[in-house]
Amino acid sequence: MRFIADPNPSRYKTAWVSLSAILLAAVLTGFVFAAYGSNPLEVYRTMITGTIFDSRGLADVARRTIPLLLIGVGLTLAFRAQFFNIGAEGQILLGAVFAAIVPLFFPLGVFSIPIMLIMGALGGGLWALLAAWLRQRFSVNEILSTLMLNYGALYLVIYLINGPWKGKNVRGFIYTDEFPPFAEMPLIGGTLVHYPTLILGIIAALGLQWLLVKSTLGFELRVVGENAGAARYVGISSGKIVTIMALITGGLAGLAGAAEVSAIHHRLLEPSQISLGYGFTAIIVAWLARGNPALVLVTAPFMGITLAGGDLLKIVLNMPFRIVDVFSGVMLLCLIASEIFIKNRIKWGR
Amino acid sequence: MEEILGAILRALSFGTPLLLASLGAIINERSGVVNLGVEGMMILGALTAFAVAYGDGTGNGNLYLAVLAAMAVGALASMIHAFVTITLRANQFVSGLALTMLGLGVAGLLGKRFEGVPLFNQAPELPFTIAAVLLALLLAFVLSATGFGLTLRSVGENPAAADVLGLNVNLIRYGAVAFGGAMAGVAGAFLSIASRPSWTDGMTVGLGWVAVALVIFVGWSPLRAIAGSFFFGLLYYLQFALQGKIGIPSEVFAAMPYILVIVVLALAGARGQQGAAPEALGKPFTRGER
Amino acid sequence: MSNFLELRNITKRFPGVVANDAVSLEVKAGEVLALLGENGAGKSTLISILYGLYRPEEGQILLEGKPVQIASPRHALQLGIGLVPQHPLLVSRHTVAENLALGSSGLFPAGRIAPKIEQLAAQYGLTVDPKAKISQLSPGEKQRVEILRSLLGGARVLILDEPTSVLTPQEAESLFAVMRNLREAGKSLIFISHKLEEVLSITDRIVVLRRGKVVGGLATKDATKQKLAELMVGRNVDFSRKRQPVQIGAPILEVSNLSAKNSRGLEALKNVSFTLAQGQVLGVAGVAGNGQSELIEVLAGLHPPSSGQVKFEGTDLEPNPAKRFEAGIAHIPEDRIHMGTVPTMTVAENLSLRQYSQAPLSNNGIRDLIALETNAKEKILEYTIATPSSQTPSRLLSGGNIQKVILARELGANAKLILAVHPTYGLDIGATDQVHSVLLERTKSGAAVLLVSEDLEELLSLSDQIAILYHGQLKGPFPVTEITREQIGLYMTGGAV
Repeated sequence: MRFIADPNPSRYKTAWVSLSAILLAAVLTGFVFAAYGSNPLEVYRTMITGTIFDSRGLADVARRTIPLLLIGVGLTLAFRAQFFNIGAEGQILLGAVFAAIVPLFFPLGVFSIPIMLIMGALGGGLWALLAAWLRQRFSVNEILSTLMLNYGALYLVIYLINGPWKGKNVRGFIYTDEFPPFAEMPLIGGTLVHYPTLILGIIAALGLQWLLVKSTLGFELRVVGENAGAARYVGISSGKIVTIMALITGGLAGLAGAAEVSAIHHRLLEPSQISLGYGFTAIIVAWLARGNPALVLVTAPFMGITLAGGDLLKIVLNMPFRIVDVFSGVMLLCLIASEIFIKNRIKWGR
Repeated sequence: MEEILGAILRALSFGTPLLLASLGAIINERSGVVNLGVEGMMILGALTAFAVAYGDGTGNGNLYLAVLAAMAVGALASMIHAFVTITLRANQFVSGLALTMLGLGVAGLLGKRFEGVPLFNQAPELPFTIAAVLLALLLAFVLSATGFGLTLRSVGENPAAADVLGLNVNLIRYGAVAFGGAMAGVAGAFLSIASRPSWTDGMTVGLGWVAVALVIFVGWSPLRAIAGSFFFGLLYYLQFALQGKIGIPSEVFAAMPYILVIVVLALAGARGQQGAAPEALGKPFTRGER
Repeated sequence: MSNFLELRNITKRFPGVVANDAVSLEVKAGEVLALLGENGAGKSTLISILYGLYRPEEGQILLEGKPVQIASPRHALQLGIGLVPQHPLLVSRHTVAENLALGSSGLFPAGRIAPKIEQLAAQYGLTVDPKAKISQLSPGEKQRVEILRSLLGGARVLILDEPTSVLTPQEAESLFAVMRNLREAGKSLIFISHKLEEVLSITDRIVVLRRGKVVGGLATKDATKQKLAELMVGRNVDFSRKRQPVQIGAPILEVSNLSAKNSRGLEALKNVSFTLAQGQVLGVAGVAGNGQSELIEVLAGLHPPSSGQVKFEGTDLEPNPAKRFEAGIAHIPEDRIHMGTVPTMTVAENLSLRQYSQAPLSNNGIRDLIALETNAKEKILEYTIATPSSQTPSRLLSGGNIQKVILARELGANAKLILAVHPTYGLDIGATDQVHSVLLERTKSGAAVLLVSEDLEELLSLSDQIAILYHGQLKGPFPVTEITREQIGLYMTGGAV
């Protein structure tokens, strides 16, 4: 078997190869379910009927989609600039921490929510910027640094809710006091869908798509990502671009974290409650979108189904939430492995 | 005096899984393949070793078999990475990351029934430590003084030069990746049957990532990996020994290894250590790109 | 003399091209055969077939009269066919001995092979230190390592692929001496080149390829430069100097006592001073790695100097490539793929790489995609860039057309100083001609050209003045009429004249 380069793969081919990869991932994950002792068909049936064929399930999918959309859009752009941000998980947490400062220490009344979102974006952005700086100054691989910074953020949150920020009226629990009502983001009645963030996410997807295609900044970003040597040659500063990129990708993750604590939890609490692995799942969202922020509008709900389905399996079939990791891992492997079938044609024999 | 000796022994104990895993990673990186899946393979090894040693629950499982099984499972898991990155030429960094996710997920899922179960037949730690040090010496010798070591290094530096002489680049890389997986598996086994004989979800607590960073820190040298691992082992020991004693919150100590990894990578970067990386590290090999 | 190696009607097709069309040739024991042809004539394909990298669709290879199928490079060497590739395939961080021991098993392979290296080296005059690291060797020494590799493998026919392209004239002479020794010892050599003087001086017989076919075979003693060139190109070739006298104007670039460090922090340029005037062409000769890249990068604003002055039109410039381009410094970089273009971007986008952020290509940070297209269409027409469309990714273009994209972009109306680095490397005669005439045309309207090249013919044919870089120091500039090839060669290797 040989691979023959296909310089201009059609969109149709890209789509069907990606779909096949997803299907293969579902089959392979099915084997893991079987090894666990569950009937894979039963598992998938539970996941699908409980999410897209159920109104409460759909609301849950939408709730999961919101952070995936924001983070996925940012990651799509970051991957385009060859900045492999694996630390969205930590950036979400920093966003939550920065946002929590507002209701806990500076109650600002009606302005609270927008300020919280801005603070969240700032927190996430700065956390990502640290990785960008480490890469430029000390050539530290950003995959490793952003991943390590995830752990840093994790322990920071635990320290805060266990120590200085621990609520006065929470008895033995480790979280902060509840935010005042003006810091609670509105929801669609009867669900946990915080529509203001959803709208922000859609704007971000379309806006960044426009940025990439139409703006000079987007052009510079592509030059830096596709050929750093050429960027240097024409005087585009890679440092500037990567800095902006880190602020955008980290900022969107931070925004997602801020929205989660403002709309859903109303307090800063355990890291595993704030984010259910959104940062990692969003990597798949971004990979599936293949560099097009607008496509995240399709890929984020898709992975939202997986996360909501994972929740269901925990409740209905009493399976550990780790199955989401299995799913993510297998899906990501299948997707990157499928790349070669898009860029090449297969020829049998020598 | 006794306290110092105890401290050294604890440092050795913390350093052993790091040394085992980083030796494996050094070999696969020397052949040109980065595998960020160490954490995932390690936890799969830990679960496997525990399950085999556990046997039917009376402590009748064979410990040697447990270690061998952990190695086999680690190597098997690494073959996913090998296939995806060597044969299908996918991005090595992303593939390794996905392998870690997969390993953590599968181990968490399948290990659920062992949560909180005691292990009666515990393995001693010292043989692992001694074996790791001896292996480091052996690998240093093999890399520098044998034809096989020369081949492995050349494949990682300039695969085209090896290919043209009829050496099978991909086969050598598969082998090196399998070795890396097996070593990560042993490191996991050490954790679950020797140093803290038990099974908990996520029990590798980032040791796999530290091992990956350590490889860069020691400049891809098995000899320096001995010193590097035990230095980190000492830090881990201090983290536990000093916890709660000197008014610093325990979360600071818990975050310390990860912060240290960043510091270490930054130091390596400031010293230009990345320059010591094998030339073809992270790049898939395609024949004909002369 | 018997035929050691014989090719009969070798045909190899690629999608859309017949790379070798019924090629037949033979090599006798103890002779040097030249294989001559332009880029794209089918030489590389033929070498790849002989070296077991490609399999021919038709035809036969006979070795000492017996038909053989060459399966792989290793098999080729087992059969006695060795290749000295144009770009050495060596592990640069390893020693000479380690490289030559690669593939052997057992303990201390490098130590065991060292005596054999020394013996062969002495026999054929291939001096090289087995303990030296490849990264410290000159291009000529690396080539000797490749020759040693073939000889250690028992090669009886050696294929030398463009061996002199990276050598100084003196180094080339010593290679020829080695080749004569090998011929004396009964080895056959296939010498691949497009340098006619060398072919005439070292070979016994010449075979010329054009468009995949053998168009001529003759004994070297019956050949002339003119005749060979006609066979290669298929038409009359003008060997006269291309440079016409032009009006030399005011000084445009004044460089004084310029020093700079390379990326590893070592002094790469030492006190370089020269002046370039409007309309003038200054050729910079030198073996690669003697400071050429640093000189160009400093002038283009890509690299800060450690001391010294650069004045452009009498003023200091900020070290910023974008600003320098605006001021009128065009840069045709050495690396067309990793620097000069973004291969994944379209031709139109590559043509906009310099001015994407200025009107009319964009307004207030928003790109005008219609203006982008108009700009591309104009330049494609003006520079006759052969591309399926302006929306084709530039990596799908041929080397010559990629270079035209760069020229079209760099040489806008404003270009006053053109930094051209190996502008014709790897291009065929037609594309080379076009690049040369574009550059010379620009000097008529007052632009100055700084031409860095390893090709002495090119430098002598285009330049008004020639300077030589050796270990970061600049010798000259000398008027082209007052310096000979031999003197340039001596300066290139640090010799005194």
